[in-house]
Amino acid sequence: MLLFAPIDILNNLLLKVFSQETITFFIWPLIQIGLIVTLVALWVAYATYLERKISAFMQARLGPMRVGPWGLLQPIADGLKLLTKEDFIPENADRWIFFFAPYIAVASAFIVFSVIPFGPDWAVIADVNIGLLLVLAVSSVGVLALILAGWSSNSKYALLGGLRSSAQMVSYEVAMGLSLIGALMFARTLSLSGIVAAQGSDSIWYLVYQPAGFLIFLISGIAENNRAPFDLPEAESELVAGFHTEYSGMRWSLFFMAEYAAMVVVAAVATTVYLGGWYFPFVYRLETSGHHNLFVIISVLVFLVKASIILYIYFWLRWTLPRFRYDQLMDIGWKWLIPSALINIVLSGFAIFLVQALNGWRGITTIESLNRGLNLTATGKGIMIVIGVLGLFATAALLARINWRSRDFNLRVQRRNIRLVNVPQGKPAVQPQPGS
Amino acid sequence: MVLNMGPQHPSTHGVLRVVLKLDGETVMDLDCDIGYLHRGMEKIAENRMYTQIAPYWDRLDYIAAVSNGLVWVETVEQMMGLAVPPRAHYLRTILTELNRIASHLLWLATHALDIGAVTVLLWALREREEILKIFERQFGARLTCHAWRVGGMPNDAYDDFNKDVRQFINNFPKRLDEYETVLSENRIWLSRTVGIGMISAEDAIAIGLSGPALRGSGVAWDVRKSRPYAAYADMDFDIPLGENGDTYDRYLVRLEEMRQSRRIIDQALEKLPDGPVNAKLPKVVKPPAGDYYHSIEGPKGEIGCYLVSDGTAQPWRVRVRPPSFINLQALRQMCVGHLVADVVAIIGTLDIVLGEIDR
Repeated sequence: MLLFAPIDILNNLLLKVFSQETITFFIWPLIQIGLIVTLVALWVAYATYLERKISAFMQARLGPMRVGPWGLLQPIADGLKLLTKEDFIPENADRWIFFFAPYIAVASAFIVFSVIPFGPDWAVIADVNIGLLLVLAVSSVGVLALILAGWSSNSKYALLGGLRSSAQMVSYEVAMGLSLIGALMFARTLSLSGIVAAQGSDSIWYLVYQPAGFLIFLISGIAENNRAPFDLPEAESELVAGFHTEYSGMRWSLFFMAEYAAMVVVAAVATTVYLGGWYFPFVYRLETSGHHNLFVIISVLVFLVKASIILYIYFWLRWTLPRFRYDQLMDIGWKWLIPSALINIVLSGFAIFLVQALNGWRGITTIESLNRGLNLTATGKGIMIVIGVLGLFATAALLARINWRSRDFNLRVQRRNIRLVNVPQGKPAVQPQPGS
Repeated sequence: MVLNMGPQHPSTHGVLRVVLKLDGETVMDLDCDIGYLHRGMEKIAENRMYTQIAPYWDRLDYIAAVSNGLVWVETVEQMMGLAVPPRAHYLRTILTELNRIASHLLWLATHALDIGAVTVLLWALREREEILKIFERQFGARLTCHAWRVGGMPNDAYDDFNKDVRQFINNFPKRLDEYETVLSENRIWLSRTVGIGMISAEDAIAIGLSGPALRGSGVAWDVRKSRPYAAYADMDFDIPLGENGDTYDRYLVRLEEMRQSRRIIDQALEKLPDGPVNAKLPKVVKPPAGDYYHSIEGPKGEIGCYLVSDGTAQPWRVRVRPPSFINLQALRQMCVGHLVADVVAIIGTLDIVLGEIDR
């Protein structure tokens, strides 16, 4: 392909110094990593810009406008400003832990990108067969950074923020992991590329099979990333800035990069598992007509657009909803999300059993093939969708019944209107004097 | 754990310092430390002429400068037995009600911000801006306006005053409904406010709460009704009352108060008489020897002024009854047993201003 001629030239150049083996297993991965880290950092930086623009749009203002056209250079200006700031470490802080906590946060968020399939073929760095497990494992290391940052700052607000974040992330990780299992039952693989391929061969998004799973994943993802309305660890009106109260300059911005990168990760995983990854109708025709690289690039764009839509939901929620309280947050995690994730697993299992049992009964065919994932016929899809939607409502009804007696649930009943009374007037303090 | 909240904390609304004794995140006990903004207003007043003191009074509750200024000039006028022309009374009513709306909007903005709804902050400030524009044209300043003179007003309403105020009160109800759609039925908002910071009517009276904090507990006490000043005797309006005295009730009461304020402004504009806005004053304002107490219904509660005169051109002693200071006394009772996050919500719902607490 003409578009990738420079790659061949580079490859030939490298061949003069290294052997072909070194290049394939060492040099190219390094180049890929560098590229991905740069691009993701850029994406993260512009996510902050987008967030500011979107929030401004919601709040009847303009947002950044001064640096560059429409403020487009604002993230770069911010980055420069933060880089040149003093790297301040409080006297009583635990120096080394304070020093390293931001790096842990950023590293754990960025490592995950190594297994995200941004597109087919060369757009994925590593297709690990336990990809999803790796995503969950590595992203949960991020909580360590927050705890360490909160602890080492030697400040009470930071400590409270660190404690909150540890409790929050640990409890929401459970719901997050459980919510993905339903989708895995259909995909029959943990490899992220495999999940995308399974959705492709079944030509459906798992969002349709798993509406409950998608919702639970999205909610617990938001909580996992400490975003509003679950932004308790850094609740600025309560804990000043939570775990990063004592951080400043580049270290502070590393935490922010980690937060946005983690958001992008959750959006990317949600896209991969529930929104069909880089698949989009008709894009495949490019591949069959021989434009392979164009196909890959368009697929990557499709992936980015899907992930950005989920990111937009993040921003939207953040600027609309008030913040939960700590105990309410735990309530939602343990009383609502985890039970509904468990119910979702049971229902998905039941649905798959039903579809398999119905296959071949009185001439109904529900299963097309079982080679990559579970491929269903139109009838099977219909059954699955009906069970998915019914399951969503059934879960909500069941949990509402269970939680009926809890105080927080009956708020609408407790809601009351104020009375308007017209009390008789007392003796005026000032006598209005007409005509004076 | 002892947590020192403030004086540099984003949501203590100024320089309030609250020392919290925590068990985990539950508040076991708390102590308020005030005085970081003490300027000695009452002492300064002893060394100033009566007319010179008025601008100081505007800085008590700097968010409601118009209402605060009114209590001083009315106290002096009544002590001297001055007859203020009716037009001045009506303009005072309109402008203090506008100020009440502005103050409540700022309260709504910061209260919502404390609970985490950031967007409401900017929406509410957008409406407040309209009021501040009217103030700027009328008084020459937006926030730090000095509105009144003893005996009336420094100048009559500007030419487009009626039009501007009309326009504001016509647009305002729509905007209020907008805030209600974001907050009133919002589950998170409900769970953050219902049952938080409850105070019974008896306790509220015992502590001496006033204003929306008292009415949220269901006590029908409003100085505008019980002892009408300015032109309130001619106005027809209702007092909103809550039931449980929790944060949500106080929120609803304040929202309803804004609607009632709009009603008052509407009537006052309708009835606004013509005529002079200033009474004839002696060269030096010298109230007769004796003492006098007058209070008005400020946005935060009952602002009172106790004035002792020895018959000279300077007061002998002045004492302010600051509503925020007295409302703050309820903080401990409201907070104990709640979580840290609720402390922030309760400070917000009390609607304190440190300029008034510390004086």
